[in-house]
Amino acid sequence: MQVQTLNVNEIRKDFPTLSKNVNNHKLVYLDNAATTQKPRHVIKAVQDYYENYNSNVHRGIHTLSEEATLQYEEAHKKVASFINAGFEEVIFTKGTTESINLLAYSLSEWLKENDEIILTEMEHHANLVPWQQLAKRKKLRLKFARIKEDYTLDMDHFKSLLNENTKIVSVCHASNVFGTINDVKKISELAHEYNALVIADSAQVISHMKIDVKDLDVDFLAFSGHKMLAPTGIGVLYGRKELLKTMQPFLFGGDMIKEVTFEESKWNDLPWKFEAGTPNISSGIGLGVAVEYLKNVGMNNIKSYTEELGKYALEKLKEVPGIELYNPEGQKTSVISFNLKGVHSHDVATLLNHEGIAIRAGHHCAMPLMNKLNLDGTSRISLYFYNTEEEIDKLVESLKKIVRLFE
Amino acid sequence: MENLSQNYIGEGIYKENILDHFKNPRNYGNLDNATIKFKDSNPLCGDVIEMQLKINNGMIEDVRFLGRGCAISQAAASMLTEEIKGKNIEEVKSIDRNNIIEMLNIPIGPVRVKCAVLSLIALRNCISNIKNG
Repeated sequence: MQVQTLNVNEIRKDFPTLSKNVNNHKLVYLDNAATTQKPRHVIKAVQDYYENYNSNVHRGIHTLSEEATLQYEEAHKKVASFINAGFEEVIFTKGTTESINLLAYSLSEWLKENDEIILTEMEHHANLVPWQQLAKRKKLRLKFARIKEDYTLDMDHFKSLLNENTKIVSVCHASNVFGTINDVKKISELAHEYNALVIADSAQVISHMKIDVKDLDVDFLAFSGHKMLAPTGIGVLYGRKELLKTMQPFLFGGDMIKEVTFEESKWNDLPWKFEAGTPNISSGIGLGVAVEYLKNVGMNNIKSYTEELGKYALEKLKEVPGIELYNPEGQKTSVISFNLKGVHSHDVATLLNHEGIAIRAGHHCAMPLMNKLNLDGTSRISLYFYNTEEEIDKLVESLKKIVRLFE
Repeated sequence: MENLSQNYIGEGIYKENILDHFKNPRNYGNLDNATIKFKDSNPLCGDVIEMQLKINNGMIEDVRFLGRGCAISQAAASMLTEEIKGKNIEEVKSIDRNNIIEMLNIPIGPVRVKCAVLSLIALRNCISNIKNG
């Protein structure tokens, strides 16, 4: 079969790391759900900022600062248009984790004892621990929509959890372990019937499909830049303007204020009200460039290419003797978790690394899920649009060797 | 017939003896009349090791271990039990992480070192509990 909607050979040239050797083998990078590689365009934009107009934003009345401010604000606009949000609705944070912590802090003022928060059993710790700790502090009830045996979300169980006390529904848009994509639009619709606020942790989907916050009808949506070709240390929180306007800021200090006296402060306009202190300017600018890059490749192209490659990988992996695959029934996914019988996932990852193949092994920041499924961990490959069928073939050959080694 | 080098992954990083100890762990199981036991785990990987010692006159008369996890953690535990059996406690106290890495005889990166030393940590806890107990 042929996976070729994109000129992958040309695309690969944009990513310097992809031509590296690891342990005397050509790097095969299959850990994109952890972080993606960066195209030259992004690296160059970061370097350009530091070499040509390094300065603080929103402060200096001088040429460099004006340029930095312009570029940093431009990046917000690019991200806003990328997800069909308004400029005031896009807050730069340091990543998904901070975005969700911001929400857990700022929304807590609206919550009272016995209010309920619904999550799913497939959350990354980033969308679990902030709510768990908030629930403890404010005596809230935390509920988890179940995962079914086929690694998809039990929507009936989710529905049964909704009631008048449900105030927040915060769900992973796609599982970082199984690649399961949750029907966030449907979840929003159901949760809104109870006037609950809906939050999507879209860290795993933002780089793989077109996200339209209006169409999904979510109240908040969070993602990380580094999983979508941008530098680390930059992420996004989208929030509906009406909500952001009335919410309390998370961090206080410079840049987030309009007016300060010794007694009182007035908050700055959106989105700056939520961006206290000097932001991560270079990474923010890099994120804007990453978004441009993704738009040029085309989100629909990326989606179909990675889905096809995922299908190819799944079929090839079935050739490995003793492999146990944990893929969601009936879903197209580019994240595949598996185990080899009798071999710990860390051994798999160590041995693959010796052949230049980078995968993730362990609990994937989803320990409660692993415990529920009685797994010590899994090996996980996660594909992106610069990966190829040849790389999958190489992986499968190496896995077969590992199986023989442990026989 | 396939050539061995094509067949062999990792250019021997998992040396035969590691695989041998992993597949056929020495001194594995429960020790009746253990003087002291200590179970430790590495939450990051899910490796678990329980060391069980029978001490007599300051000597490790017998030792067993229980556990599950990666080849490095299990092989290291198996090798360590062979190393300490019949030795006196003072001798065993001087075993450190470098000795474990020497026993394994493979290059170990910073992440996997935790797997390699899990049994050593369990052993040290056993010994310090004897003193306190």
